[in-house]
Amino acid sequence: MTNTILEMRGITKTFPGVKALSDVNLDVREAEIHAIVGENGAGKSTLMKVLSGVYPSGSYDGQIVYKGEEQHFKTIADSEAKGIVIIHQELALVPLLSIAENIFLGNEQAKAGVIDWDETRDGARKLLSMVGLTEDPDTLVTNIGVGKQQLVEIAKALSKEVRLLILDEPTASLSEKDSAALLELLMEFRRQGITSILISHKLNEISRVADRITVIRDGRTIETMNKEQISEDRIITSMVGRALDDRYPPRTPQIGEVVFEVKNWNVFHPLHRDRQIIRNINLNIRKGEVVGIAGLMGSGRTEFAMSLFGRSYGQKISGEVFLHGKKIDTSTVEKAVAQGIAYATEDRKTYGLNLIDHIKHNTTLANLRGISSMGVIDDMTEMDVANEYRKKTNIRSSSVYQVTGNLSGGNQQKVVLSKWLFANPEVLILDEPTRGIDVGAKYEIYTIINQLAAQGKAVLVISSEMPELLGITDRLYVVNEGQIVGEMPTAEASQEKIMRAIVRAEGKAS
Amino acid sequence: MTTETAPASATATTEQAKNQQLSVWGALKANMRDYGLLAALILIMLFFQYFTGGVLFKPLNLTNIILQNSYIIVMALGMLLIIVAGHIDLSVGSVSGFIGALAAMLMVGWKFPPELAFLANPFVAGAICILVGALIGAAQGYLIAYHQIPSFIVTLAGMLIFKGLSLAILAGKSVGPFPAEFQLLSAGFIPDVFGPTTLVAAAEGVQPLVLHTTTVVIGIVTVVAMLALAIRSRSRRKARGYESEPLGLFVAKNVVIAALVLFFTYMLASYRGLPNVLVVMAILIALFVFVTKRMTFGRRIYALGGNLKAAALSGIKTERMTFYVFAIMGALAALAGMIYAARLNSATPKAGQGLELDVIAAVFIGGASALGGVGAVAGAVIGAFIMGVMNNGMSIMGINIDLQQMIKGVVLLAAVFFDLYNKKRAG
Repeated sequence: MTNTILEMRGITKTFPGVKALSDVNLDVREAEIHAIVGENGAGKSTLMKVLSGVYPSGSYDGQIVYKGEEQHFKTIADSEAKGIVIIHQELALVPLLSIAENIFLGNEQAKAGVIDWDETRDGARKLLSMVGLTEDPDTLVTNIGVGKQQLVEIAKALSKEVRLLILDEPTASLSEKDSAALLELLMEFRRQGITSILISHKLNEISRVADRITVIRDGRTIETMNKEQISEDRIITSMVGRALDDRYPPRTPQIGEVVFEVKNWNVFHPLHRDRQIIRNINLNIRKGEVVGIAGLMGSGRTEFAMSLFGRSYGQKISGEVFLHGKKIDTSTVEKAVAQGIAYATEDRKTYGLNLIDHIKHNTTLANLRGISSMGVIDDMTEMDVANEYRKKTNIRSSSVYQVTGNLSGGNQQKVVLSKWLFANPEVLILDEPTRGIDVGAKYEIYTIINQLAAQGKAVLVISSEMPELLGITDRLYVVNEGQIVGEMPTAEASQEKIMRAIVRAEGKAS
Repeated sequence: MTTETAPASATATTEQAKNQQLSVWGALKANMRDYGLLAALILIMLFFQYFTGGVLFKPLNLTNIILQNSYIIVMALGMLLIIVAGHIDLSVGSVSGFIGALAAMLMVGWKFPPELAFLANPFVAGAICILVGALIGAAQGYLIAYHQIPSFIVTLAGMLIFKGLSLAILAGKSVGPFPAEFQLLSAGFIPDVFGPTTLVAAAEGVQPLVLHTTTVVIGIVTVVAMLALAIRSRSRRKARGYESEPLGLFVAKNVVIAALVLFFTYMLASYRGLPNVLVVMAILIALFVFVTKRMTFGRRIYALGGNLKAAALSGIKTERMTFYVFAIMGALAALAGMIYAARLNSATPKAGQGLELDVIAAVFIGGASALGGVGAVAGAVIGAFIMGVMNNGMSIMGINIDLQQMIKGVVLLAAVFFDLYNKKRAG
């Protein structure tokens, strides 16, 4: 029998208002590849942050036993000293430093503070050869591809004498070839006795390399499967198998003719001209209809919406947009808004609100014409509008003069919605409208969405939460890697069906 | 919209009135920054009044303080917009110096052939100067807005370039004096169309007291207009069920402001009346208050300074806004440069140097945030006066220039520290 290297027992982690992890158990054996799967927001990354000391000991409940001893990591440095290294989804390399400098960042090969460059380069070269890279250690990190950057991260981990390597979605942004190389490397590590924890959405990869799989859902461990038990069906059922209760307001759709239509939409990455992010998307929304876009994070959902809304993302955009059968110009945000399109962002703090200003000014920002004449604002009308929408969307605040930065996530989201409702659009694109907000506020937002549809607006909802999409939409598009890989009436849809559409597409791609 | 709104606000009236009726203390605290700044200015003035042995409040000296600081205040108005938009303009001192030099060369230095002689006319030359200033600002704004070069760098370059250009066109010499009409910009006072009013006739052992009647009339009209506007806005709020300020505070605030205006009117009237430049300044201040508080243009600048990405995604043309803001700054720097030159009655190669620092300091003392999105015209003007009164008071007291600099530095630091401390406590 192999030894257990890591055991996490009864891990519970709460954030203000949210229980991110509750009583999670995980055991990892020495020299295995242990996969962790679960939906977005299930708690995988939080669990790994607990393990690596990003959330210091004491900020969570439960025990971490590593190599037979209970550990109390206070910082990442503590866990790294024990040989636990985490490689995050967003790479932590400094682009304008060389490969060698990055590998030894914070761990410089130096005597009395003076860097020994020969030692640095030789060490880097040795580590690079271990991960199969032949790059010159003096090459700047920005000049190598994402796949190679991932390998440099791993080389950096090796420099710290890693025993337990944690990879958070390492292949999410890699090409097929780079992914294969990376997985090969993990198997090589296994032969050398290094343990890996692999967080991934790509079930085909997991079933290829993982020895065991732990499924996490809603911050709980669902089960741990052995290699023999692994099957895609079982993983999917385990991942999504949650009961649908009445978390969604009842909905009686009255659907009319097609209002909004997008044809042959293509978008390329804003920096890499050759990387196509959106491939030939066609979709339509009818009057009074709530349409959902399902897909994993990074599938191109947000990029699609933002490119549509005044070309706020990407370059070399091609395709046509129709409103009531007439082709419209949405090439700037101003034009898009004027044509009756609104986009409420997934990231309300960065893209949605002026956090240092109050509710009143945020509410009217997208439709200043509606409260002014000849460029002069009528402050009484503005007050009326702000109060009206505060009431309509049920924003809880002392007055419309409360600064939005001090509101809770749910109330901030309601301010964003107010802003776009006041712009009076015909098509409303809501990107993750309920991310990070509590159940009660979610229900209120669903109700607002229903009311909008009842008024005859066309609503497009993008969400990572499949139950939410199933609960509030009339029809679904499934998007994966910038393409539509499925379309179904919500009545006939299920989480399994959506997952299957995504997984099948992944299978085709690899 | 309005038809939908009416019933909603009618039913909500009483509730809102309750919710939005702030206590006196609450209202004071909410506006701590604004009242605090004005209180600080008054305290500083009283402080120097005492330590200069009563010189500060002499009509002549008050008039001087206004004349000495007019160009700082004119530029602070533009700088406020720039800083609210999240940028900085280091070139304003050099640009104002350059425009002063240009004005001197147009009116005095260059000898035009007869068919171009009209260019030397003070009004034509003034218009050209404002236009050139706006173009300079527009050029810098273009690079900042459309090519995303940091404003710090563009305007640092501008500072060097225009410093050099003023030296070049003046050929290193001072050029002057200006035609009489041009000097009036800084040295002139409005004519007393009503004729002087004698309060105390000259007699044995009695100081005569003669008031500039037109100034008194303008002062009283201004106070009446301000009060009327305040009362009208308050009653409109009330009519719609919005209440923001307790009555006591409203009355107290307006009485204090009216008293201050009347006091300064009396002071100015007992010297030579309203300086021309104060009229120009007052109009500009009123305009900028209106633009920042009531116009969509101003609102958009605050939005883009507060969150550039959110503003862009709300349909605001952020680049164009940035461009306009710098163009406006250029025109104001030009005006300030002419006021400065007219005051000295000559253009010197060193004119305007370092002024940008006083202007920026005034805006920050006035409560603007270096991160953008926060700041008020009134604050910037009061900030400029705080600096100006300190300069004036310390000079009268005979404090050495080295010590003066240090004290001003400490005041700037203290003002911003106080601001951040306040914000942290509130947030």
